[in-house]
Amino acid sequence: MVYNIKPRYNVFSPRGEKNFAYVSSQLRGVVGLEIHAQIHATSKLFACSRVAFCSPPNSSVAFLDASLPGTLPVLNRRCVEAAVITGLALNCTINRKSLFDRKHYFYADMPAGYQITQQRLPIAVNGSLIYSYFGGRKRNQVLSRCVRIKQIQLEQDSGKSLHDDQRSQTLIDLNRAGVGLMELVMEADMSCGDEAAAAVRELQLILQTLGTCQGNMSEGQLRVDANVSVHCPGEPLGVRTEVKNINSARYVARAIDYEIQRQKKVLENGGIIVNETRAFDSKSGTTIPMRDKEGLQDYRFMPEPNLPPLFVYEDEASVPAGVNPTQVVMIDRLKAELPELPGVRRARMVDQYKILPEHSFTLVNEDGLTEYFERVVRNTKAEPRKVIGWVMKELLGNLNQQSLKLAQSPVSPEALADLLNVLESGHISSSAAKVVFQEMWKAPEKAVEQLVKELDLGLVSDREKLLKICQKVVDTHPEQSHTKLKWKNTLQSK
Amino acid sequence: MLSLSIGEVSAALRKGRLSATELCRRCLNRIRKTRHLNAYITVTEDLAMKQAQEAELRLTRGKPLGPLDGIPFSVKDNFCTENIETTCASHMLRGYFPPFSATVVQKLLDQGAVLVGKTNLDEFAMGSGSTDSVFGPVRNPWSYSVSYREQSREQDPDSDWVIAGGSSGGSAAAVASLSSFMALGSDTGGSTRNPGSLCGLVALKPTYGLLSRHGLIPLVNSMDVPGIMTRTVHDAATVLDVLQGRDEKDSTTVESAYSPSSLPEEFDVRDICVGVPKEYHAPGMSAETLAQWGRVVALFERAGARVKEVSLPHTQHSIVCYHVLCCCEVASNMARFDGLQYGHRSKVDSSTEALYATTRHEGFNSVVRSRILAGNYFLLKQNYDRYFVKAQQIRRLITEDFRRVFQSGVDVLLTPTTLSDAARYSDFIQEDNRTRSAQEDIFTQPVNVAGLPAVTVPTALSSRGLPISLQLIGQSFQDMKLLTVANWMEQQLDFPIIRFHDDTDQERECKLGS
Repeated sequence: MVYNIKPRYNVFSPRGEKNFAYVSSQLRGVVGLEIHAQIHATSKLFACSRVAFCSPPNSSVAFLDASLPGTLPVLNRRCVEAAVITGLALNCTINRKSLFDRKHYFYADMPAGYQITQQRLPIAVNGSLIYSYFGGRKRNQVLSRCVRIKQIQLEQDSGKSLHDDQRSQTLIDLNRAGVGLMELVMEADMSCGDEAAAAVRELQLILQTLGTCQGNMSEGQLRVDANVSVHCPGEPLGVRTEVKNINSARYVARAIDYEIQRQKKVLENGGIIVNETRAFDSKSGTTIPMRDKEGLQDYRFMPEPNLPPLFVYEDEASVPAGVNPTQVVMIDRLKAELPELPGVRRARMVDQYKILPEHSFTLVNEDGLTEYFERVVRNTKAEPRKVIGWVMKELLGNLNQQSLKLAQSPVSPEALADLLNVLESGHISSSAAKVVFQEMWKAPEKAVEQLVKELDLGLVSDREKLLKICQKVVDTHPEQSHTKLKWKNTLQSK
Repeated sequence: MLSLSIGEVSAALRKGRLSATELCRRCLNRIRKTRHLNAYITVTEDLAMKQAQEAELRLTRGKPLGPLDGIPFSVKDNFCTENIETTCASHMLRGYFPPFSATVVQKLLDQGAVLVGKTNLDEFAMGSGSTDSVFGPVRNPWSYSVSYREQSREQDPDSDWVIAGGSSGGSAAAVASLSSFMALGSDTGGSTRNPGSLCGLVALKPTYGLLSRHGLIPLVNSMDVPGIMTRTVHDAATVLDVLQGRDEKDSTTVESAYSPSSLPEEFDVRDICVGVPKEYHAPGMSAETLAQWGRVVALFERAGARVKEVSLPHTQHSIVCYHVLCCCEVASNMARFDGLQYGHRSKVDSSTEALYATTRHEGFNSVVRSRILAGNYFLLKQNYDRYFVKAQQIRRLITEDFRRVFQSGVDVLLTPTTLSDAARYSDFIQEDNRTRSAQEDIFTQPVNVAGLPAVTVPTALSSRGLPISLQLIGQSFQDMKLLTVANWMEQQLDFPIIRFHDDTDQERECKLGS
């Protein structure tokens, strides 16, 4: 491939050909993602075997999953709804008609010799995902980005292979074979690992909010493959590589950034990028070429003859006569049931409660934290901006320190609200309140007032009492009494 | 007794003139006597007797499950039968015992019908002679009939026996040799009608989507249907009523808008318009078949039906279209046979690839392998548009041909079923499977391409003493209407019951009387 830019210098490859080399800083990364999200459903996409995690091997295998001859696929309604709901949340156009195809290749964990997918006409297309990530020099600037969603398609998951090289055998577990997947294709609108990781995290959050996928990458519920290339802006796109085996959100950034760097170095040294599949090795933090088992794979796509076209309808009125409305998926119903999406919720938090954008991220990222926060706000006179401080520092601090989930918090929102009310009323100082909070954590059964009394942290407002205390202090510390003591008009703690 | 219709024998059972166990025993004896036909791969003696005993209990109590209670039947060995070996006549599935039964099989069993065995076929239903089975070829029972043997110059039937047709030859032979009252076949390009025609039976290919394919090991998913073989049209209608209907397990079945459960009492043939497609005057059709075609056309005309010549202009492309689509689907459907989960597995284990390759080479015969190869070629990205898509487009044109003809006021089409009567095995195998299929399927496969219902009805014996049959093609989901016309046609024709030299006088009496 020849690039039409002015090279800084020419380099001769070992074969004596002249290659153009690049200066690394001119090149920019171009990143697209192919994400497979396991649909959160009771049964598989085309069979009624249970979607089971961590079950004994081959304990959840329907006849169809094992490709027994004579079995036929039957579409799972919940999976269609999950794909439509996800498509709606990602601003996609839902295709009223979509089609199923067979993608052929031989592999032991795919018993039929083909995967049923949607290659010609997927269920949703042309959507977008708005995500934010922390950029700027101090990484505290919230930068907003948008990535286009090319399409969402329904397809079958494969089983699992465990290679036992010692015994020269491969063990196949078909529990996962046939589980419904949504494949989401994100266009190459991202430019670095951070952006991709942020996009993935936002997608995870959205899917978890929708309930269509639990999004746990380490359990394989969400799998990310990255398509990475580099080019000079304005020039044609470079040859891309596919990076697989990215098993966590944080590896997304590392794997992609490594690959971008690797490609830049190759081009800098006058080499060329090979269109190949590479695996991310988390131990070394590098990408390694995978054994070329695919090469120029021709999947011999063919329409799936056992599944008629899938029709989804706008509303009950558009369901044709003779079709039972209870047997179809209606978009308006699903739209009405969409929950508040993370982006919308964050904006609402900032708008309604005047909290900082960074805090809105934390609130939305933690499962149940928004509800907690809002319950405290409802039950206290304290300003939301004060409440958020307590939630971010005291509550989350303790939870993180003790590795607890929010659901395990000994301090309920009502209890925290009580504490804040006591603080607002002037009965205790803020530093005392923090002490009380820790005590509440240890003894959640005790009421705030009780603890304040026990710890004798109540502020004294009786003037007589105060004078006595001050006199005592002055008497015992004569030197200091000569220093200017600032008396507050209001209460002061001992 | 064994040549009675289902209606007749069912009445005898219910009236107590015959016991279900006695009937079953007779059929099993008949199977033993006709072993030389090689119609059965598996005979389910114990199971059949047990089912017969249960049926007998119900019948004596006066509580039959329906018109099929206690009736012996057989099933082509490409239908899954729970815990009964299902081989598809291939090494690939020798020793395969499915854990479930096909829906249509289960429906018959639920009606109390008695399963006597699994019948022989061309391997994986690929063929038109039932000559390509790992269990050996099926012999047409008419090879041993009085009519054939009388005019045959050979003394030894083993040298000039004729084929049963394919690929459901075993099912046809079972019903024609009187060891079953009905049989299930499968029909993808004519595989039920072809053997039905050569064996002198009524063989129905229902509309695609009317009967469930769940449990039918597929050849071409978009064309396969379970086929029904009986000795009378009325019997076929009885079985159709039991089997038709939407199945949750098969997404390609439909609840047809109006599906009558039986033949109408009243039928006036003068209400019918019969179409005769001019393109079906195919080269290679025997003079006698042509004569029968003319004879039955005249029958309709004389009775007052409207008869007119129609045109199906894309017929000439049908066989190629069928073969391309068939090979593509075969390549896809056979991909699951890798020896890992079930079926034959090669001993070679140097690598997964080697295991796959040898398993598939050992398991499939050359017919299957050549179709897989062709199918994979057609499905390659660079070929897909030119072959697969093109064939689908031609398919639509063929379907449109039929639709247009039916819309113009034609109720049924009348055509031959096969080019001639049954060929001698020694002649048939002079050409390869692909050539024979292309020749023999000429009248039957356009019907599969269009998904229409069709039925073959035997009309007369040829000069060789073998059955000649004609085909009626109907409109989508008008299967009962089709059978109504076929029933009328059958009544006009008086096709003879098969007679064998070894029939005892007593048996002959049973057949004539009752």
